[in-house]
Amino acid sequence: MSFLEMLYFIIPSAILYATPLIFTAIGGVFSERSGVVNIGLEGLMIIGAFVGIYVNLEYASQLGAATIWIAMLAAVVIGGIFSLFHAVASISFRADQTVSGVAINLLGLAVSVFLVKMIYDKGQTDMITRPIGRFAIPYLENIPFFGPLLFRDVYSTSILAFAVAIGAWFIIYKTPFGLRLRAVGEHPMAADTMGINVNKMRYIAVVISGALGGLGGAVYAQTITGDFSHATIAGQGFMAIAAMIFGKWHPIGALGAALFFGLAQTLSIAGSQIPFIENVPAVYLQILPYVLTILALAGFIGKANAPKASGQPYIKGKR
Amino acid sequence: MSNRVINILVPIVSIIIGLIVGAIVMVVSGYDPIQGYIALWTGIFGDSYSIGNTIRQITPYILAGLAVAFAFRTGLFNIGVEGQLILGWLAAAWVGYAFELPKVIHLPLALLAAAAAGAFWAFIAGFLKAKFKVHEVIATIMLNYTALYIANAVIKKLSDGGFKTERVLESASLRSPFLRELTDNSSLHYGIIVALLMVVVMWFILEKTTRGYELKAVGFNKNAADYAGMSVNKNIILAMTISGMFAGLGGAMEALGTFQNASIKPGFTGIGFDGIAVALLGANTPLGVVFGASLFGSLKYGALNMPNAAGIPEEIVSIIIALIIFFVASGYIIRVGLQKLSKKKEGQ
Amino acid sequence: MEYVIEMLGIRKEFGQFVANDNITLQLKQGEIHALLGENGAGKSTLMNVLFGLYQPEGGEIRVRGKAVKITNPNVANDLGIGMVHQHFMLVENFTVTENIILGSEPTKMGIVNIKDAAKKVQALSEKYGLDVDPYAKIEDITVGMQQRVEILKTLYRGAEILIFDEPTASLTPQEITELIQIMRRLIAEGKSIILITHKLKEIMEVSDRVTIIRKGEGIGTVVTANTNPNQLAEMMVGRQVEFKTKKIEANPTEEVLAIENLVVTDYRNIDKVKGLHLNVRKGEIVGIAGIDGNGQSELIEAITGLRKIKSGTVKLNGQDITNMKPRKITEEGVGHIPQDRHKHGLVLDFPIGHNIVLQTYYQAPIAKGFVMDYKKVSEKARQIIKEYDVRTGNGEMTPARALSGGNQQKAIIGREIDRNPDLLIAALPTRGLDVGAIEFIHSRLIEQRDKGKAVLLISFELDEVMNVSDRIAVIYDGQIVDELNPKQTTEQELGLLMAGQSKKNNKRDVKEGND
Repeated sequence: MSFLEMLYFIIPSAILYATPLIFTAIGGVFSERSGVVNIGLEGLMIIGAFVGIYVNLEYASQLGAATIWIAMLAAVVIGGIFSLFHAVASISFRADQTVSGVAINLLGLAVSVFLVKMIYDKGQTDMITRPIGRFAIPYLENIPFFGPLLFRDVYSTSILAFAVAIGAWFIIYKTPFGLRLRAVGEHPMAADTMGINVNKMRYIAVVISGALGGLGGAVYAQTITGDFSHATIAGQGFMAIAAMIFGKWHPIGALGAALFFGLAQTLSIAGSQIPFIENVPAVYLQILPYVLTILALAGFIGKANAPKASGQPYIKGKR
Repeated sequence: MSNRVINILVPIVSIIIGLIVGAIVMVVSGYDPIQGYIALWTGIFGDSYSIGNTIRQITPYILAGLAVAFAFRTGLFNIGVEGQLILGWLAAAWVGYAFELPKVIHLPLALLAAAAAGAFWAFIAGFLKAKFKVHEVIATIMLNYTALYIANAVIKKLSDGGFKTERVLESASLRSPFLRELTDNSSLHYGIIVALLMVVVMWFILEKTTRGYELKAVGFNKNAADYAGMSVNKNIILAMTISGMFAGLGGAMEALGTFQNASIKPGFTGIGFDGIAVALLGANTPLGVVFGASLFGSLKYGALNMPNAAGIPEEIVSIIIALIIFFVASGYIIRVGLQKLSKKKEGQ
Repeated sequence: MEYVIEMLGIRKEFGQFVANDNITLQLKQGEIHALLGENGAGKSTLMNVLFGLYQPEGGEIRVRGKAVKITNPNVANDLGIGMVHQHFMLVENFTVTENIILGSEPTKMGIVNIKDAAKKVQALSEKYGLDVDPYAKIEDITVGMQQRVEILKTLYRGAEILIFDEPTASLTPQEITELIQIMRRLIAEGKSIILITHKLKEIMEVSDRVTIIRKGEGIGTVVTANTNPNQLAEMMVGRQVEFKTKKIEANPTEEVLAIENLVVTDYRNIDKVKGLHLNVRKGEIVGIAGIDGNGQSELIEAITGLRKIKSGTVKLNGQDITNMKPRKITEEGVGHIPQDRHKHGLVLDFPIGHNIVLQTYYQAPIAKGFVMDYKKVSEKARQIIKEYDVRTGNGEMTPARALSGGNQQKAIIGREIDRNPDLLIAALPTRGLDVGAIEFIHSRLIEQRDKGKAVLLISFELDEVMNVSDRIAVIYDGQIVDELNPKQTTEQELGLLMAGQSKKNNKRDVKEGND
């Protein structure tokens, strides 16, 4: 394999692996910016992956080409609804947000596998017949170097992911909603005295994170695995959290971090076929995202600061 | 109603609501909940074999619960029990087969290795928190995956590309023919004694020693501890290390007792995360952890009987456990409810 | 005369506890109306009722003669009521403008229109003489400017009635003067002001009328011009208040604490104590007078070992304790009543009894080796609770959190004095306490000095420094700029020194505290 061929193989694959991380990490950005830690992203991705595969399997024959989009929409809706567990527990009932997130992870996996066994009478679904496909963008694919690198094997979901990242940046930094969201995560009492409904903002943010987490799961399952079992999502949600932190709670930062982690994943899976790194044990690449996140938090790669009020329930009248 | 009564009632009410919601889920899914719960019950207490295996299942839950509870009591959230446990598992298995020693040395050595491996992994998180203010929740999550991949890579290497290590030697095993015969060939092993011993250790450290007083003070208020001349950083690191030691021993239970080896895992064991539930249900007290572990360990093992005996997927029990966690974590609202209820009664 | 706000017979209960009982407060158009009461008298509760955070159980609120129900802060805003909070409600990493527009953002096609908003903020700040930079980040500006942002927040929303909650608590004297000018300017522009405070001097200077509340009850309203501080104090406390603390002459002997050329940095590594000299002798109370932020915290932390000393020496009884570990310094004989009892003084989630042994838990007889004897802990705790009249609900096992501020402070003082230290450092020992507790604490400090101990008192309250100390050291910009005899100085002189307005060569020689 020549160097160029290698790049043409690695980069599209990295983007493929990054796409679900981008959705989920940006979901995490919304939630954490409002002051709610969401460890439950893994569970939300699992639910999304299950819903995506289920809809795809059951309705592909009726829906045709629209299948993947309906499947993703269903995952968004169910992910959003499922995240209400986390919202109710951690916002209204003042549960510890980390504990509630852990419960979401357990519940997401248990419910999904339970339903798979109930519906299909086995632990793993069949392969879907209509996965999310690649296409080439006319004209752009002919650009030398960048064409084959970025525009020849494109997933529509990857384009959507970039759009979501930019959209999230716009919403969080340019709109009144975003200003309020950030205020609620930094100093909820100040926001309250300005007439902002802190809990409502947090509910919205958590539901957005659930919707995007569900979307991330559905995209992962329909692009990478093609079926659903208990092991379909194995750490993607936590890697998305890592991307969110490594991206310093910023949508574009999370996008960049997710792309980087996608690259690491690609290399860890396909590394043995790639010259230069074929002798690097896969384990180094597997642990790279996590180790980098720790280093980022320790301040070796620029200091990352979480929103000030994250993790604390807002109780009116308490100083 | 006194606070004490409410503190005990919150987990009990949570368990009851969890079981009721579980029943509703079964009904809605077209299963028979009564049959389901009977199958669960038989799966736990049906015969001496089940009881033996239930106790075996409870053992690592106690240690994982202690690890989480100990950290909680010292103001830390160790969500990394999973990774510490995996490394403890690996360390115990390796010492268990790689050395040939008399049992009085070999078994304690293997246990010690597991404790040390878990402690070291948790120490990293403690050190990062003390020196660089890295939040331990995020650090331990990241360390979980790091541990999983490293353990898998090491096992692969140790087994020359295989997927599990050699079997631990008899001299390092926690199993015993006596227990096996007693429980109709179950895999019950002496680990339960180690676990209960650690329950006493945690109680003693926290409630009887000056170090326990310090650890708790640091956990509640770092500034006051600093003012009182305690070393905050040292205590944070120590608290994490002790917590990780419990977790590592939890891994030893699997290596030296249940499985007798260490194998490559596609994902987490789940014991570490369930340990959070155990600690929470047990209100982070040593004795509470025993109860919490007994409940969740029993449910988990008993659930395995549900598909065969009642045709219900065993995941129903995981759903119930997750719901119980939600309810215990939302203790505030249950508390408010209980207080209102008791007020009404007083008013009548 | 038109009243803009009338709160008539307000009653507010929290369960069994009555926080406000039959309080009436009537605010005239264009006046500064002070609300006076001790800490815990119910001032904040009353204002939270007015601001819509609490619903009263009884009474009526009228705005411009019309009865209203203020169900939440938005309703208060719509009625033109704005609150300048004591603890600023500002998002640190937002700009001034972002903080001001939060919740009512001007937009252009869905995008926050920061430029227009900043212009409006600029215009408002010029109109009322509030100097702020609309684009500065809150974390980069001074406390005084942060307060002006709080005021602008209410003006931006068109407030006509402004509530100032203890506004001078964290301001320098110059900032206080500026604030008073701002308040007068607001009145001139047609606003009305309610000023919550417990500082008599400010009331006399700035208010038109005063409403006094005591233990949740309305005592009455007086015209400021017709009253005096003594009368106000009596109405506030309910008995004659001694402004002068009774004490015998001090008799200082050997030097206990000697600080030479001390330099200490703060958490950002900026020098906060800059070559400070200070000594405290047996049998005297030395009061450090100064405005918050002039190096007091760093000085205490350096003496007690909580902060690293950059250069210079600290000696205790002739022994060098510079940069020793806090525990060692405690053992050498230093007691320390910390300035923030919740942050440093107590582990609030521990029972009060466990807090009593916070520095002695590892020593016999509390500990035998590494095992603690909790029976001995309880014995010690009961002794201190009795000796220092600490009122707990449930004996020594009551959580520290459940005690009132005064009782928490008594427990801390008991703990520190019980260790019999040669040097007792008392940092803001009476902050937030009622008059009864303040008197108790002052008498305990004087008792220590009479026993021949050295006492170092740090306070932001001039009255306290003047009354309790035998010698006053004025701290300004990290240095002791002058030492004064409290009997020979005036508040004016002290105030000028604290503001750094005195030349070194004006210094009078009053090194001897007892002349």
